[in-house]
Amino acid sequence: MMRLVDGFRQPRAAKALAQRLAELGAALGERRVRLMEVCGSHTMAIARHGLRDLLPPNVTLVSGPGCPVCVTDPGYVDAALDLAERGARLATFGDMLRVPGSDRSLEQARADGASVRVFYSPAQVLEWAAAEPDQPWVVLAVGFETTAAPLAALALEIRRRGLSNVSLLTATKTVPPALDALVVDPALAIDGFLCPAHVSAIIGAEAYRPYAEEHGRACVVAGFEPLDILDGTVALLEQLLRGEPRVENRYDRVVKPEGNRTAQRAIARAFVPVDAPWRGLGVIPESGLALAPELADLDAAIRFERPVTAGRVNPACRCGDVLKGIIAPSGCALFGKPCTPDRPFGPCMVSSEGSCAAAWRYGRARATATTGRTE
Amino acid sequence: MCLAVPMTVVEITPDGGGVVELEGVRRSIRLDLLEAPGVGDIVIVHAGYAIETLDADEAEARMALFRQLAQTYERELGGPVDLVARPRGEGGG
Repeated sequence: MMRLVDGFRQPRAAKALAQRLAELGAALGERRVRLMEVCGSHTMAIARHGLRDLLPPNVTLVSGPGCPVCVTDPGYVDAALDLAERGARLATFGDMLRVPGSDRSLEQARADGASVRVFYSPAQVLEWAAAEPDQPWVVLAVGFETTAAPLAALALEIRRRGLSNVSLLTATKTVPPALDALVVDPALAIDGFLCPAHVSAIIGAEAYRPYAEEHGRACVVAGFEPLDILDGTVALLEQLLRGEPRVENRYDRVVKPEGNRTAQRAIARAFVPVDAPWRGLGVIPESGLALAPELADLDAAIRFERPVTAGRVNPACRCGDVLKGIIAPSGCALFGKPCTPDRPFGPCMVSSEGSCAAAWRYGRARATATTGRTE
Repeated sequence: MCLAVPMTVVEITPDGGGVVELEGVRRSIRLDLLEAPGVGDIVIVHAGYAIETLDADEAEARMALFRQLAQTYERELGGPVDLVARPRGEGGG
């Protein structure tokens, strides 16, 4: 078997797919088509490989709320910082560090002396907590299903080991309720979804069936190698031309129709659905995951008696409109000047998977937005 | 955040953990989220957890499709596609 990554990056295959896209664009004629991807890793890959340049002019691919860090309310950061002030040691994914709270980010608070430690895997906290049993550790539990499954396994393992000095502050979310909200929003008019790769590994390709069958949207699950994305876009346009929206799984090397049942069981044991705020989208019913009643004592918000409340958003930041695909990152007045990955105003510029950060790193907008920045 | 890489399981430990390898680099991970992990499986690793097993046959099948696309492209077109100009009178609806 050839190296996996090379097998999905064959340049001539990309050219063949690009030609097919041009043909499909021509076949669509006057019709304008709007597709949305909802996966931060798709956002990055599309920007990095310049895949938007390969789309026909009548096809638009917008980036939706696919970055879990980007949709996190600033009030969540505020709550985490309050816990640090009360003596908690915060453990987090690195991409949360620079997300602005109402006043400060975790990174700024760390510079001021707050205890904030970055993990690659949340499982590392098991070792940290065991090594310092007298310190209260709080795991910042942010992510979609792909991350919710590991966090569920972590919560269950904390219980199994009887660790009393670890709790979780949850802003964990699920993707289908957000799609439910997007699909009925007339301002968006999405014709089809390029469905996420590894969220789908957990929830399964069948999860998208309602968007095809009830809402008439084309749905294609695609991996995030460049050929996967081009191939997925070809499949979406073919569906739309035939007028037969359905769910197609083009990432069947990883995604099963029913998903990962073991991971789903872990999520169902550890968490319960709750209404949750999404930056830019508002409160979406049952789109969040809170710890299940049997694990409620692991909930940092309960343990520290500090519930997460809504935070203050910088009114000039249009992250919310970017997340809904209403404007491109360059449509925000702050983009590039003064908002950059080095001095981010909003979460879309913070996370490496945020639409603004991806557009900044790889996009042409960089050339006109500012001068003199080298990589 | 959901980026994940395929790695090969080289060891399974009794506590639900394991060791995976990619191009000589080894890493300890958790296998709690897989039904029945086995040594030699290629797994998708995200945040230190294997979240799914990669189906090598499906991967090979899709790579073969892409190889075929590449060959067809070379045989039929023989040159680079002009990505700006729209082809006319081609493609079927």
